[in-house]
Order: sequence, then C-alpha cells, then structure tokens
Amino acid sequence: MLKNYFKIAIAVLRRRKFFTFISLFGISFTLTILLVLTAFIDKVVGDNYPDKKRDRSLYVSRVSQTGKNTMSSSPPSFYFLDHYVRTIKTPITIAISSGFNGTNTYVNNKKIAVNYKYTNSEYWEVLEYDFLEGKAFSKQQVANSDKVAIISADMKKEYFGDVPNVVGQYIEADNVKYRVIGVVQNVPITSYMTYSDIYLPYTVAKDGDYKNNKGYQGGYYGILLANSASDLDKLHNEYEQMIQRLKPEQKEFDRVSSHADNYIRSYVDTGDDRHSGVFIVVTAISIFAFILMILPTLNLVNINITRIMERSSEIGVRKAFGASSSTLVYQFIVENIILTLLGGVIGVILSFIVLQVINSAHLIANLELSINFMVLFIGLLVCLVFGLISGVYPAWRMSKLNVVTALKAQ
Amino acid sequence: MIRLQNIEKVYRTDTVETLALNKVNLDVAKGEFLSIMGPSGCGKSTLLNIIGLLDEPSKGEIRIDDQKTENLSDKQLAQFRNSKLGFIFQSYHLINDLQVLDNVELPLLYRNTTAKERKQLATEALAKVGLSNRIKHFPTQLSGGQKQRVAIARAIVGRPEIILADEPTGNLDSAMGNEIMDILLQLNKNDGTTIVMVTHDENMAHKTHRLVRLFDGSQVQ
Repeated sequence: MLKNYFKIAIAVLRRRKFFTFISLFGISFTLTILLVLTAFIDKVVGDNYPDKKRDRSLYVSRVSQTGKNTMSSSPPSFYFLDHYVRTIKTPITIAISSGFNGTNTYVNNKKIAVNYKYTNSEYWEVLEYDFLEGKAFSKQQVANSDKVAIISADMKKEYFGDVPNVVGQYIEADNVKYRVIGVVQNVPITSYMTYSDIYLPYTVAKDGDYKNNKGYQGGYYGILLANSASDLDKLHNEYEQMIQRLKPEQKEFDRVSSHADNYIRSYVDTGDDRHSGVFIVVTAISIFAFILMILPTLNLVNINITRIMERSSEIGVRKAFGASSSTLVYQFIVENIILTLLGGVIGVILSFIVLQVINSAHLIANLELSINFMVLFIGLLVCLVFGLISGVYPAWRMSKLNVVTALKAQ
Repeated sequence: MIRLQNIEKVYRTDTVETLALNKVNLDVAKGEFLSIMGPSGCGKSTLLNIIGLLDEPSKGEIRIDDQKTENLSDKQLAQFRNSKLGFIFQSYHLINDLQVLDNVELPLLYRNTTAKERKQLATEALAKVGLSNRIKHFPTQLSGGQKQRVAIARAIVGRPEIILADEPTGNLDSAMGNEIMDILLQLNKNDGTTIVMVTHDENMAHKTHRLVRLFDGSQVQ
C-alpha cells in the first residue's frame, strides 16, 4: 500500500514540475531559515564556553534608575560591583570585566582591528577559559598594575603569525605594550560578556574609571559565582534586597533597579522591569517563526487543492473500486508528507551549505554554527507538521467528492 | 442478484426539478448479461450508477445479493463495492501516473492482500484480456482498445460477482468494440459473472441475454 502511494506521489511530483518546484522551494527555504535561526539561538544560548558554571552563576549586566519622566540604564560601574555587590553575605566570587572596546594596532605596517577588555583576577577563576599556553594574571599582578595581557588564539595568529609560542612576547594595543602571559581559545562575539581579543588587568585602564567613578552606572559586567546551585535563590533575593536599599543618585530618579539573573534572562534583559526580556524575545521569535511557517503552509494548501482536484477522476475510480473517504484522506496525507519530507531533506542540505558559508565567511567573530541533532529533529518535526496541516484540509475536501461528479470531471 | 424497486431519481437545482428516473423496477438474475439502451439523457448512466452504489436514488430500494444497501456507511459501501462490484467506464478512467500492472492492482489495495498476491492476481487478469506483454507500460502508451482491456482486467481482478459497464465500446471502432464485447461475453459465459451494460449500439445489445430500454427516465421495454 505505502509503496503504491509512494509511486503515485513521485509520479504526481514529476507531472507538474513547476508546482513541485514552488512547493519544495517554499518548504526547504522556510526550513533553512528556521534551521539557521535555531542553530544561531542554539549556539548563543546553549554554548557554555567559557562560562561552564552557569548552573551556579548569576549575571549582572544592567543598572537602571527611573524617575517619573526619565530613565537611565547602563551596565554597572566597577565600583558598584566591587563595593555594593560585595556586601552580599552568601559566599560568592565576583568576576568583573569591562565591555570590549575597539582600537587599532599595527603589525608590519598592517592595520589590525583589536577588541580589548579589562578584567579582575577572579574573572579567571569564575570563567573556565581553555588556555592554549601560559596562564591567567594573578591578584598580585592586578594590584601591581602589571602590563600583562591574555590574548585569543585568533589574535595570536593575526598579530604574531603561525608561531608555536608567544608567551613573553609583547603586543601593542592602544599605544601601550603589554607582555603576553597567556593564550586562550576563541569566544564568539555573541557571548558579549566574555568575548574579546585581548584581556587586560582592570588596573591598567587609562581612563581610571574603575577608581574615579563612584556612581552605580558604568561599563562593567559582573558574574556572581555561588558555591552551589542551591545558593542561587538566596543569592538572588539578597541581591534584590541590596538594590532596594540603594538610594537613587539624583533627584529626578526615585528608584534604582538591577537584577542578578541567570544567563538567559540576563542575555535578553531590556532594562525594563515591567516586561521580562525572556517573554519579549520568546514572543518575538514565536511570531516570527509562525509567520515564516504560515505563508508556505497556506501556499501548500492552495497548491494541494489544485493538484488534488486535477486528480478527481482518480479519486472517482478509487472510490468506485473500494476506497473509503478515510482511506483517501490517508493516501493524500501520506503523499503530502512525502513531499514535505523531501522538502525537508533539501532544506537540511541547504542549511548545511548556508551554515558552512556563514562560518567560512567569518561574518560574526569566532562564531562556529553547526547543525546539531536537536535542530535537525525540530526541522523534521516542522516538516511533519507542514505535511499534516497542508494536506489535511485539501484531502478532507476531496474525499467528500461525489463519485459520479468526480468521474465526470475528466 | 440485483433487485430495483420503484427507483426514482430527481435532480434539483434552485429553479428546476428534473426527473431522471421514474419508478424503475428491475430484476437481474445471477449470471445474466443485461444491456440497457435508450437515447442520450434518458437516465441510463444514472441507473447504472445507482446499481453500482455510486449514486443514491431519491426514492426506492436496491437489493444486491439480497442485501439492502440504503443504510450502509461510507466505509461499508466502499467494502461492498470492493468485494461485489467491478466497473468499466466509457473513457476507461485509468490512472495515467501508474503502470498497467499498478492500475489493475488498484481494487486489491483496499483488501487484505500481500504485494505478491496482488501481483499474481493482476498478472492473471491481464492474461485473461490478452495484455500480458504490456504490464510495464503506462496507459498513455496504449491504444483505446488496449486501455479498455486494462480497465476490464481491473474490473475483474477482485473476482466480483457483478460487472457494471458504462458504454464500454463507445469510444472504440467496431473491430475493437467487438473484441471488447467478446471478452465480456467470455467472462459471462465462463465465469458466470453477472454483467449490466449500458450501450448505444444495437448490435452489441443483441448479443446479450436481455435488453432493457429507457425513455425519459421510464422503462419502456
């Protein structure tokens, strides 16, 4: 039976090549976009290098002050993290790092764009970077304002070329020479709290913002590492209480807000307390995926109706020779699922090609996207849903055809 | 074998009511070869469709093999047609996307049969109509007479007791028409299959056991 359906499905696909092309294009193109999108989200959310201890970490990426008609929102200052957050009683290690800044440096008269960021020494305890050579800077080196640097593998290659070791050599950034003491595996730019080409002790920052700025807001991020995952709730609450005790810095503000959130919440934090960033992002992605899927589905329904009605003589014959309505519905749905799965396979191949192109074009620094099994599974599930949705209605309509009318239609 | 009692069929549109069949009573015995004749639009095909349970009468009762058919569900009707009836149409109604063998196997798909059994039965049916050498062809590669022979093979593959043929020779020249008629006569004679055939052709009709004439939906002979 299934073999017979398969034969006829393939025959029908070959009969109207243009329709087939449109159907397959719709499915595979949509699927490709979804797969690339999910691969991207999967990478951003799922990849936990170098913050491998996410299960016991909270992230502080924003401090907001709001008044009646005004609002100020930005990452916290070094002082805020080092002074206020340290008052929390739950034992924690606080990784503090600035956002990354861009500058240019020159190697053999060739300009290289470089991103650098400042960190404290705990940063290297909280985050588990893979050191390809050397090691992180110590508390003492930070206290001494030593001009030392940890660089990424890509930076090493770009600045020094293909050499085995660079520890002990000097790298120039922002007109200052730093001694390289470690080389770490690359981090994609989408992990904005941990990405950089060069990591420097915060005490060497020229602007001195870490000691001069005593306000709440600045340009630093904090990752609070608790001793165990069970401490997180307590830590979260204690953080909220600490924030509530803070007085706004200026008269026009009446409230200070900031959250120590898990990775996902902090990643999509909008700075607006009334709407959770997670809610907004999930809603936006769902609406986008829904619209993306509904268009080819409607298109498929339309094409399927035309295609099935073209086959009314076949429907009449099948009914005359003993096919019940439900058998016919089953047949047409199976045919449609064969079509959508074919589109799915093409979509997966296309996605693979697109991801390869994105990866090799280095559109986004250090981001290596790949199709994983979860994404593949979602893709095939989407195909199946496509097949069902776009096949059920036309099949049902067609199965209700009167045999005599169906036979006359030829 | 087939009993029609007071069959009426009315087609209604918003403004017009057309009486296609008017109080038709008909008994067809087991093993009989009956032909139905009449001018175009007199209700011959409507009558055949009603006998074949492809259409419902507006009034009246049909019994096939002493079984009432009016209250059968869609599924039961499908099963009934599958086991008892075989159809032959004027314009063949073969599925052009399928090879001859797959076309002939079609009625068996809706029964509990294995692929092997289906292939064997279909091959036998095709041998009966003299088309063993065409099983891998597609319908579009066949002549009209050959197509109709495939259609006959499809109608007999499930060994139905009744074959309903709607102008089976209508699209064929007289030589091919005679060939088809001979096959039907053989089926009736050798296998005892009951056949009801609608035709325009007096010659063909006179080869059958009995002739029924319709005029304006009523039986006149």
